[in-house]
Amino acid sequence: MTKVGLQALLSHWLRNPMQLFTLIVGLSLATALWSGVQAVNAEARASYDAAAQTLGEGRFAQITSDDGAIPQADYIRLRRAGWLISPVVEGRLDGVRLIGLDPLTSPSGLATMGADDGNLTIDALAGGVLFATQDTFERLGAYDITRVVTPDAAPGVIITDVGTAQRLLGLENTLSRLLVSPTQPIVQTPLAEVAPHLTLRAPQDGSDVGRLTDSFHLNLTAFGLLAFAVGIFIVHGAIGLAFEQRRPVIRTLRALGFPLRRLIALIAVELLVLSLIAGAIGVGLGYLVAAALLPDVAATISGLYGESVSGTLQLRPEWWLSGLMIAVGGTCMAAAASLFQLARMPLLASARPRAWAMQAGKGRMYQAGLAVGLLVLAGLLGIFGSGLAAGFGMLAALLIGAALALPVVLDRVLAFGASRAKSVTAEWFWADTRQQLPGLSLALMALLLAMAANVGVSTMVSSFRLTFTGFLDQRLASEFYVYADDADQAAELQTYLTPRVGKVLPIQSANQDVRGLPSEIYGPTAHSTYRENWLFLQSADDAWARIEAGEGAAINEQLARRAEIAIGDDITLAGEAFPVLGIYGDYGNPIGQIIVTETTFKRLFPDIRPNRFGLRMDAADVPVLTEALRKDFSLADAQMVNQAGIKAFSLSVFDRTFTVTGALNVLTLAVAGFAILMSLLTLATMRLPQLAPVWAQGLTRARLGRIEIIRAVLLALLTAGLALPLGLALAWTLLAVVNVEAFGWRLPMFLFPLDYARLAVFAVGAAVLAALWPARKLARTRPSDLLKVFSNER
Amino acid sequence: MNVRILLPLLLPCAASAQGFAGLGTASEGFATPERPAIFDFETDHGPHPDYRIEWWYLTANLQDGDGTHYGLQWTLFRTALAPDEGEGWSSPQIWMGHAAVTTPTHHYVTERLARGGIGQAGVTAQPFEAWIDDWQLAGSDFDTLNMTASGPDFAYDMDLTAQGPLIFHGDAGYSVKSADGQASYYYSQPFYEIDGTLTLPDGEVDVTGNAWLDREWSSQPLSENQTGWDWFSLSLDDGKLMGFRLRQENGSHYTSATWITPDGETTAYPDGAFQADPVSFSDVGGRQIPTQWNVTLDARGVDVDVYALNPKSWMATSVPYWEGPIIVEGSHAGVGYLEMTGYE
Repeated sequence: MTKVGLQALLSHWLRNPMQLFTLIVGLSLATALWSGVQAVNAEARASYDAAAQTLGEGRFAQITSDDGAIPQADYIRLRRAGWLISPVVEGRLDGVRLIGLDPLTSPSGLATMGADDGNLTIDALAGGVLFATQDTFERLGAYDITRVVTPDAAPGVIITDVGTAQRLLGLENTLSRLLVSPTQPIVQTPLAEVAPHLTLRAPQDGSDVGRLTDSFHLNLTAFGLLAFAVGIFIVHGAIGLAFEQRRPVIRTLRALGFPLRRLIALIAVELLVLSLIAGAIGVGLGYLVAAALLPDVAATISGLYGESVSGTLQLRPEWWLSGLMIAVGGTCMAAAASLFQLARMPLLASARPRAWAMQAGKGRMYQAGLAVGLLVLAGLLGIFGSGLAAGFGMLAALLIGAALALPVVLDRVLAFGASRAKSVTAEWFWADTRQQLPGLSLALMALLLAMAANVGVSTMVSSFRLTFTGFLDQRLASEFYVYADDADQAAELQTYLTPRVGKVLPIQSANQDVRGLPSEIYGPTAHSTYRENWLFLQSADDAWARIEAGEGAAINEQLARRAEIAIGDDITLAGEAFPVLGIYGDYGNPIGQIIVTETTFKRLFPDIRPNRFGLRMDAADVPVLTEALRKDFSLADAQMVNQAGIKAFSLSVFDRTFTVTGALNVLTLAVAGFAILMSLLTLATMRLPQLAPVWAQGLTRARLGRIEIIRAVLLALLTAGLALPLGLALAWTLLAVVNVEAFGWRLPMFLFPLDYARLAVFAVGAAVLAALWPARKLARTRPSDLLKVFSNER
Repeated sequence: MNVRILLPLLLPCAASAQGFAGLGTASEGFATPERPAIFDFETDHGPHPDYRIEWWYLTANLQDGDGTHYGLQWTLFRTALAPDEGEGWSSPQIWMGHAAVTTPTHHYVTERLARGGIGQAGVTAQPFEAWIDDWQLAGSDFDTLNMTASGPDFAYDMDLTAQGPLIFHGDAGYSVKSADGQASYYYSQPFYEIDGTLTLPDGEVDVTGNAWLDREWSSQPLSENQTGWDWFSLSLDDGKLMGFRLRQENGSHYTSATWITPDGETTAYPDGAFQADPVSFSDVGGRQIPTQWNVTLDARGVDVDVYALNPKSWMATSVPYWEGPIIVEGSHAGVGYLEMTGYE
């Protein structure tokens, strides 16, 4: 009997291959979207972990010096005073980051030298062996040193022994920093007695690179969740419809005496198999999506944060498993409700047309209540919440609340339309659209979320870009920048350049912790360039004049927010207190920054001399000067930067940041469009009993088809109308709540009506495309099929 | 990664057929001990970089004012990756320090690792100084030393004064380790009087007692078929006894012993004269370790039972082993130290 039941159930798909297709494609797309995002996320995170391990950043306390170089003798003195520390030498070789570690003393958990298999030999220590990925080695020039390809190494980083690194980098007897082991002996001479010029920094938290990259991942995760929500809506719709479509089969089987339990079990197994197949297809598609996106993610991260992410994708079990889970789990959730209904429905009632769709409408009051509750929660979180979690909680409450509210709002709008209808046809149109709403609402919710995300993210991206362009104009005010090899060359360069250009602006900086946060202190020469181009977000009266007179300092927004420094507060620089007179925007910089005048800087840090210069000059003379410097000082191209080049580079970095999110938006929209198509296709067959009387009363099939399209356009437009405010709320949350919590700066929000209009056109286009086929099918329905409606129930 | 990276590096095949900790591995390019052993002091108190392994190994039996027994260990190992010395980070010499304090109830252990050539660890013969990080064993000469070490939960600072001469094991310091003829240079200073302060989690304890310093270097001291050893140093009523039993894969043993009179005269005993047999075992972290032994040296009428002061004296270091103070009863009474390797 089981076999016969199974045959009957499966034969439904044979007779309606289109329904099987939509079910599988819907499930696959939802899975693909989710697993694609997860794959990108997992890959990027794995790369970070490798990078974080290599650097030991964040997890270990460190001993550093103000000028970035620690004599090796200090290291030995500290070890002999009982300090369990490990040396790190760091630098760039052919543009690749080279890190030298001492494998004997480095704290456990730090990057491996690829020696788990025991192949580390005397060569690794004394003769020199470089460990890196193949990609990284390809960027390195020719050196007569053994290379060991280590797939697990952090991308863009070469690990080697500390001695080898010193030799390659020309840093003999010098160390970059010292990692402090978490376990120290009970007897130890204080640092201040052994090496008073060195600073012990606590393990980083809050302000480190890891936190910044986390915020980028939060963005990706937010999109992952959005993809999940859209995916669940679609899975739910697809499964619900699959049940609805097969009610007659189920009714017949049950009427013939097929046991309910066995029927439910059969359906459950069948759905499980289908969801596994669809899930597998989805994971495959997700892999393709991720592979296509990953180079951009890699570029974004290395551009923004200086961390490298490998540009290739590895199959990681966590994401393909999570993809399958979403397909199977989503199916189970959706099927559980339907199976529950099936178990409880009277035997013959289960064939009632549109029972499932009407069922969905019944809970509308609950849904409205829940929606209002969630929207109120979002508002409360926005006003009273703090922290990233609150920001994302607000996003979630806003999105889900709005999605749940959609059918209710649309219903009210359609009711209003019906009350204004003048003709019979129009009245029927409104009423019929309203009646169709329950069956379409899941697809429309998906469309709403997709569009809102699109509006929100494009607003954020464009606002970011506008602000950033302005910021670059302010920051890169000089036409040309020159970097010297060392202090001596810097002095020569300054003498050489002064008569040749409009103004030489030396750039000098020192590193110091300000209120416990790592910061850079700059001492620019007083010049109108700064006064004209640096705009304060907040400032005291006459700020620039007072800063130029040495009366105070200006700080960046990150430092102000993280250390909670307000205008007028004092900060301590090299033991001297300065009032903060201005706070300026400093986008894309992970650490604190302080500006004092050149005179003050020289007094505070007498040993530090400028090695970079900004040159104010006629932009047309830049090529000539470049050539002259190349000849007279043998400066490499990398040491001379033309402002236009930096700007273009910086902008491209920021544009790439959002290529990923843009691509995800398009995908989400496409999936939402597909959901509409699916719903319409299914409704089309189910609605024949409602359309047949209208047709019988004289409305032609062609006109019915056109009305279908108009209906789709109307619903899409109404959804777009609701998506706009939702998207703007989303953008506001991202810019003013999430961004501040994650990055430390708030961005002004700009509106881009043209973009929104274009998006509305796309959404309507997607809806029309989705409606086209069902409409065409309707227009071509054989009159005999319509007539059948009157001869028997279906 | 220290341990995982180091083990294969220091000890090419810790668990294979090449003896405990790779000490049975062939040592091409390194010097090997030769007979007759000729020593040159003070120079020979310093390192011998052309030999693959070497140690300065001090153990002490201590008592506080209440008569409570303590044990103390201070060891500096040198391992060469190549038979020479180099300046800076390119030195092929690797140093490893082990320090421990044993009480009847606790066993405190810590380990340090260092590269040679950069000053973080090393040994100089004159004036004598052996150090790794903040640990040191140093003095104006080999007879008067100060010794310090520290770990996360203990530290000590001790003074040592030699009350007798250096003694030489085997054939005047040429100590044979197997029937195949593997050998090491091996001498000791077993006559140190020691006093000082232990810093333990419960506070400081003033202690006094006797210490025994072993000096040994070689390039391949074990035969390939030897899997570990049980080494005893006993301070008895009428003399001192050093004896070891090397365990071989086929279940047989190779033994060797030195009897030391109170004025420092030595008698070496060949394979078979010294016998040590486990009496009972203790479970130490899942391993069955013989912590009570019957030890005999018939030629001297020695037939004693020795048992561990603290059976949990496990050295959980990158090369793990058991090392702790023992109490001696039977034909002779006394204290001593026991080291057991190859039980991992």
